[in-house]
Amino acid sequence: MSIFVDNSSKVLVQGATGHQGVFHIGEMLGFGTKVVAGVTPGKAGQEVHKVPIFNNVQDGVDATGANTSLVLVPARFAKDAVFEALEAGIKTVVTITENIPFHDAMEFVHYAKYKDAVLIGPNCPGIASPGKSKVGILPGSIFKEGDVGVASRSGTLTYEIVNALSEKGIGQSTCVGLGGDPIIGTTFIDSLTAFEKDKETKAIVLVGEIGGTAEEDAAEYIMENISKPVFAFIAGRTAPPGKRMGHAGAIIARGKGTADSKVKAFEKANVEVAKFPTDIADLIEESL
Amino acid sequence: MKLFEYRGKELFDKYGISVPKGNLVTGEKDFSKLKFPVVVKAQVPIGGRGKAGGIKKAKDLKEAKEKLNQIMGMDIKGYKVGKVLAEETANIKNEYYLSITLDRSKRMPLIMASSEGGMDIESVPDDKIYKSWVNPLIGIQAYNIRSILSKLGLDKEESKQFAQVLTKIYKLFREYDCELVEINPLITTKEGTVMAIDSKVNINDDAMYRHQDIIPEHVELTALEKDAKDKGIAFIQLDGNIGVIANGAGLTMATLDALTHFKGEGGVFLDLGGTDDPEKVKQAFTLMKKAKPKVIFLNLFGGITKCDTVASGVKAVITEEGIDCPVVTRIKGMRETEAKEILKDAGLITATTLQDAAKRSSDLAGGK
Repeated sequence: MSIFVDNSSKVLVQGATGHQGVFHIGEMLGFGTKVVAGVTPGKAGQEVHKVPIFNNVQDGVDATGANTSLVLVPARFAKDAVFEALEAGIKTVVTITENIPFHDAMEFVHYAKYKDAVLIGPNCPGIASPGKSKVGILPGSIFKEGDVGVASRSGTLTYEIVNALSEKGIGQSTCVGLGGDPIIGTTFIDSLTAFEKDKETKAIVLVGEIGGTAEEDAAEYIMENISKPVFAFIAGRTAPPGKRMGHAGAIIARGKGTADSKVKAFEKANVEVAKFPTDIADLIEESL
Repeated sequence: MKLFEYRGKELFDKYGISVPKGNLVTGEKDFSKLKFPVVVKAQVPIGGRGKAGGIKKAKDLKEAKEKLNQIMGMDIKGYKVGKVLAEETANIKNEYYLSITLDRSKRMPLIMASSEGGMDIESVPDDKIYKSWVNPLIGIQAYNIRSILSKLGLDKEESKQFAQVLTKIYKLFREYDCELVEINPLITTKEGTVMAIDSKVNINDDAMYRHQDIIPEHVELTALEKDAKDKGIAFIQLDGNIGVIANGAGLTMATLDALTHFKGEGGVFLDLGGTDDPEKVKQAFTLMKKAKPKVIFLNLFGGITKCDTVASGVKAVITEEGIDCPVVTRIKGMRETEAKEILKDAGLITATTLQDAAKRSSDLAGGK
């Protein structure tokens, strides 16, 4: 098993014919993802890596039975794209686009909840269940099939950690990139809930960063609800307060969201916190 | 973007929220439309200006000119005052606090109100702050307003006006893509009106494209910051002497943490984000050279960014322009083998792990 995406995921790509769309459709197909449709208004009838392109999501869903969407459209069209996917009955929407106005994200995150759909992102690298499916822009070569679940607020840092796991022979059930924005659809808590239920997942890795209280919320949730071992890394331990560290969500504001508070919360919940990103692999190896 | 107080008040006025009569002042003539006494207020995008001497009362024109001269050009927490607002004073009965901000955990606009207005909200005890959350799909409802009003102890007419202000700032919060709308203090006057004495309005940078009517205030950027901004490269300036080029915010932060661990100090950080364009990489490297770091540390994990693209950009700069400081590289991910070949070919130090690279960079920079 795995969480959110697997062999049954039939993926439709919104923004399929652009440079990134074409490249990542190729990469996803190479990973084994069932990419069944692409959408670019006005380009119906074309093909990208033999995947048929449709004018709108509904046409793509009707023709192919797509149940998962990957949103690669520019920020100002992203809200429209997510609403279109949800209205067409897509149940898992992965939004890669960055710089989406957070008021837009607030609306589609709540609408996804109302539609009982899983929304991952925005401003995220996507999700991969090794051996089954990858929906996003994560580099396929770093993954290995296995039983560690990874949930992360970061992109490249996740690759770093997953790569270190794979090099040690520790495979992953699913790796989900939650996104670096202040407003995201799927949270640490949603991922923890799913990983706890997933029989294949034996241990969980959380990759957090400064800003907000997602890690503190997760730590509290772990104490009550999670029986599987959890490991964590927090980026930004030495970031100065008030400085926006690249991610809009990664800022220590008014003394809240410090790495210190997050590390303490995790330690209280018996979550081992690694010093360097690649140390996560060592911690898991020792505990197994 | 943080709007200056007077800009925020222009928006309040547009939404029908009462504000004191006032205007920007640069000299004597600008006070002609105002009734004394007035308050002279420095316009800076930061709190605590009252304590810093940026807000002063004046009973007549002579005093007002004095205060204006004192405030104009003064330095408040690193901001040089270039704009000053003068306003008529109000007959304050009570002071309140009212704001709408984003609750990240609940992913909803959060209304906060308190009868302890006029002071820093951080110092108001939690049980004196009344909260209500608004589902963005249904918007502000009467129950949100009732739950706040029931705690504030306002009379009937004041309650009616307070409710209108709350509805209007919610509208402003949503329509202008705000991160924060704060009125502190929101006052009741002895004449029975509810009025906004201050304004804090922050607009989400990602949404500025749809608010063409908001003219950004002139902010002084350093030459390097401006250069980076023009080229669309994320730029973070810290105090150290190691220049870091990385991709992705999380990795950038982890790189800083690793350098600190090995007693190195990060200086200029350039975050390439997800780029496929060797030209952009070249620009970033040229920019980094201008910052004159003691060591350049290139830390890259390729996902959407292809390692060899970055490597080619780096090599191009080095072969065309040369380099006068050591460059430590650590590259992993998509097309890493090709990238390493290119970098080795350009004569750069290639490390395999983040720790190794961070240690080497720190050592080369002389530690501290």
